[in-house]
Amino acid sequence: MIELNQFLILSALLFSIGVIGIFLNRKNVIIILMSIEIILLSVNINLVSFSYFLGDLTGQIISLFVLTVAAAEAAIGLAILVIYNRNAGTIEIEKINSLKG
Amino acid sequence: MTASLLSFYIFSTVILLSSLMVITSKNPVHSVLFLILTFFNGAGLFIILHAEFLAMILIIVYVGAVAVLFLFVVMMLDFKISLDKNNILQYLPIGFFVGVVFISELIIVLINTKFDLSNIQILVNPMIKFENLTNTEAIGSILYTDYILYFQLSGVILLVAMIGSIVLTLRTREGVKRQSIQSQLDRNYKSTITMVDPKSNEGVDI
Repeated sequence: MIELNQFLILSALLFSIGVIGIFLNRKNVIIILMSIEIILLSVNINLVSFSYFLGDLTGQIISLFVLTVAAAEAAIGLAILVIYNRNAGTIEIEKINSLKG
Repeated sequence: MTASLLSFYIFSTVILLSSLMVITSKNPVHSVLFLILTFFNGAGLFIILHAEFLAMILIIVYVGAVAVLFLFVVMMLDFKISLDKNNILQYLPIGFFVGVVFISELIIVLINTKFDLSNIQILVNPMIKFENLTNTEAIGSILYTDYILYFQLSGVILLVAMIGSIVLTLRTREGVKRQSIQSQLDRNYKSTITMVDPKSNEGVDI
């Protein structure tokens, strides 16, 4: 039978892939937004697996709210990306340096 | 090996490989397509965990809305794919270091820890109460009663996101003729038509 630790290890691996994706990617911002979606998916897997193994539905409810906020975040992020591309003409991360940070 | 364990291994292998492909593929369109594969396998994992409603929501919301939105933006923006490897190698050591440290710490902790969930008594919404209900009915019976405030707040968040993205991407172009309903409604008989009585052979001054 599947144990909780297997789901948690899978979720940790998926989370790390998302974090590495944010670090390694230097091409465009869209890949970073996708990495954030992968991270949120791993968090959802964590919540749902605890919900199943504890026998408590609260984890699934929280996961539903995480899905809602992720959808809103993706919409806002892509809108910012579109207007940035319209103003600056690029979405390459190396060239987004107008703040000199 | 039971069927659920076998399907868990299949889904988790595919989800890890496809998420690796999301962050490594050169073409952003391929990244979005692998993201869709990742979400499908996540939905499969949710079905293994008896969360059917969330699995369907994951497919509908993520694949149907978010991933298609990503695909739409990737295809609309028309950016150039830069292929120089120097940029990737510049951040490879730090990214690899952080990732390996993170993975190894989490997995060391998780392998050595045995979660004993059998004698936990504090359950807020235990599933035993909903034994004869489906997953969707059980979630609905909690979501619309105990969590109604959070449910409505998430509706407000979606409304703000919708208004925000519309306002952000809206632009007014110059030199486009538009219908002005106010000026159309302001026209009346007296300001538009004048009655003249021209004399013969003189015409009308316009």
